[in-house]
Amino acid sequence: MLGRTANGLYWMFRYIERAENIARLIDAGLRMSLTRSGTGDDDWDGVLQSAGVRETFDEGHSKLTSADAIDYLLRDRSNPSSVMSCVDYGRNNARMVRTALTRETWEATNEFWIELKSLLSKRLKAAEMPEAIDAIKHRAGLIRGAFHGSMLRNELYNFARIGTFIERADNTSRILDVKYYVLLPSVSAVGTSIDNIQWESILRSVSAHRSYSWAYDGEYRSMNIADFLILNGQMPRSLAYCYEKIVSELGYLAKDYGERLPAHDTADSIRKTLQTRAIKEIMDQGLHEFLEDFVTRNNQLGMEISDGYRFYA
Amino acid sequence: MITGGESPRQPYEKYFEWYSNQDRAHLIAKSRDAENIFRKTGITFAVYGHADSSEKLIPFDIIPRIISGREWRKLAQGIEQRVIALNAFLDDIYHKQEIIRAGRIPRELIERNDAFLPEMIGFRPPGGVYTHIVGTDIVRTGEDEFYVLEDNARTPSGVSYMLENRETMMQMFPDLFHANKVRPVEDYPYLLRQSLASLAPPGCKGKPRVAVLTPGIYNSAYYEHSFLADTMGVELVEGSDLRVIDGKVKMRTTRGYEAIDVLYRRVDDDFLDPLTFRPDSALGIPGIMDVYRSGNITIANAPGTGISDDKAIYSYMPEIVEFYTGRKPILENVPTWRCSEPQSLKYVLEHLEELVVKEVHGSGGYGMLVGPTATKKERADFAEKLKAKPANYIAQPTLSLSTVPILVNKGIAPRHVDLRPYVLVSDKVQIIPGGLTRVALKEGSLVVNSSQGGGTKDTWVLED
Repeated sequence: MLGRTANGLYWMFRYIERAENIARLIDAGLRMSLTRSGTGDDDWDGVLQSAGVRETFDEGHSKLTSADAIDYLLRDRSNPSSVMSCVDYGRNNARMVRTALTRETWEATNEFWIELKSLLSKRLKAAEMPEAIDAIKHRAGLIRGAFHGSMLRNELYNFARIGTFIERADNTSRILDVKYYVLLPSVSAVGTSIDNIQWESILRSVSAHRSYSWAYDGEYRSMNIADFLILNGQMPRSLAYCYEKIVSELGYLAKDYGERLPAHDTADSIRKTLQTRAIKEIMDQGLHEFLEDFVTRNNQLGMEISDGYRFYA
Repeated sequence: MITGGESPRQPYEKYFEWYSNQDRAHLIAKSRDAENIFRKTGITFAVYGHADSSEKLIPFDIIPRIISGREWRKLAQGIEQRVIALNAFLDDIYHKQEIIRAGRIPRELIERNDAFLPEMIGFRPPGGVYTHIVGTDIVRTGEDEFYVLEDNARTPSGVSYMLENRETMMQMFPDLFHANKVRPVEDYPYLLRQSLASLAPPGCKGKPRVAVLTPGIYNSAYYEHSFLADTMGVELVEGSDLRVIDGKVKMRTTRGYEAIDVLYRRVDDDFLDPLTFRPDSALGIPGIMDVYRSGNITIANAPGTGISDDKAIYSYMPEIVEFYTGRKPILENVPTWRCSEPQSLKYVLEHLEELVVKEVHGSGGYGMLVGPTATKKERADFAEKLKAKPANYIAQPTLSLSTVPILVNKGIAPRHVDLRPYVLVSDKVQIIPGGLTRVALKEGSLVVNSSQGGGTKDTWVLED
């Protein structure tokens, strides 16, 4: 396959994943502003940080209001990580690699774009938000379903999946990093109700507030939450889970191509860290430092894959 | 569909029987369904000069255009004869030029023509095939009266619409296909791939690797390029994906550079090779013409085929067909005035209100005058352009084109159509039974181009 096609697939799936994750972040932010008394605008500061757009937001806005933040995250095309921008880029990449996608996968992507364009043609009112967020999650789910149900399990599939999981790992680690301080045991050993809300918001932004209760017997404890999102191999948005998948997809590529690349070693070593470290050890050595280091290595892996498999745009 | 306002023409009988049992509101709703199918599939095209409408749908009419098996046989014979003549003409023009020596075609018409490529002189493409894919534009003026409007021997487009239109009709009206025996068109991508692979260059060892070359996602026909690559199961490439290495054209893959043997290019001659043609072209592959001439790649269609479908050459087609096949043409040519000839120019200027005047090198319905429907001022303005550069134009009478029924809000109404069947040439000539029917949706209009408000229909050739 063309290096350009591999690149297009990889980015198509990164952008679709990002669109969905941004929608989850907005969802969590909305929820916070409903449950907290007083001004909810501060919460959006954290959401913008998690989305990695806190600074660019300031370039176009003199102050932070929840309405502006939501609009910036959802619709603003000057924000390359807004849901609308992500779906635009994702679909453009899909058009470029059209021949690499099954008809079902392409149609699901194209319909996502068509629906979103009309859904986000104007600023949404607060009352319209839940429906919009649902539609985005729903559409992204349809792409995933069509992709799983119809694509050949070959290199195309591997590159697309790698894009998904590198993006997802990046998102989860950023969400954690923005809120890492509320998870530090030193702040309070037992969660106050404010902490509980903060923690639930973290879980909600990865759509895991229900599954968490199943996995940890409904106990909200900062250590467990960090464990869930970083090390729990059953949690589909945890760093450990993402790296299981990345290593496995890279393994198929190595077999198919008959060679291992530097990317394989990098991925193996990241996975090893996630397999062997205990959450307490990570917390003791510094959660923030751990996450920062992870984001850097995750990015590095992305670049090694891109070089090793001769991606180009 | 209706002759003399009474009973439907024979091929439409069964359709009409079905139609009379349908609820009109239901059919109109189905029309909207069809549009949604096209929109979600992304079957779109770009209209040049419209900034905001980068992706548009071509309107689709749900009443099929139906051709009887008997009508089709005559058409197919005529098309085959013409396509054989086109290839013989190209081979002759780039070799011995016997038709010029025989005085049937003026030398300057060929040699001063931009579509004639001196680079092709003395070179014979693999298998001796110049036009691998041809789309012959045809109109019907009466029972068994067919005229060829254009031969489209460069890179004819629209075949994806033929296929998607059929797909959509079968999805929406399966019962119609039980009642009518319609000849299939679905195997076109398979036949195309076979046909291209069978003309691999001498330098190809092993299984030929085929690819489709597109100018990219902003090209008006990008959907079609990706559709054809996808349905054939071959790579879709852009010029920037390709490089000439060790005398072969190779593409940049995730495993390194890999050779391509047959390139179905949807890029014009001018842009194909910046070292040979337009140096500013970013769409082509520097050096591909050298690879071609040394027998290491097949380019379909061959560069330089444009000389055979040029509008200035068109008027000579009856002579060309007769010269190479030794028989009278089966299909008619539209009488054509070459404005470069003073006598003809005079006639054309005096009869502008009856004629269609076209630019010799134009396409897509741009830059033409339809005399009968133009305003007085439009005709006067056009006359000035004509006088300034007469050699740029040809003129033809407006034919009394046949009409076919389309669905409108009030029911059925007649509209003018043309037909573009698709022809594959390898060691044999294969004509796909069907084609693209373009329809002028505006009442009374004769212009069917999608860029000018035309639509399309499914085209049925019946098994009889």
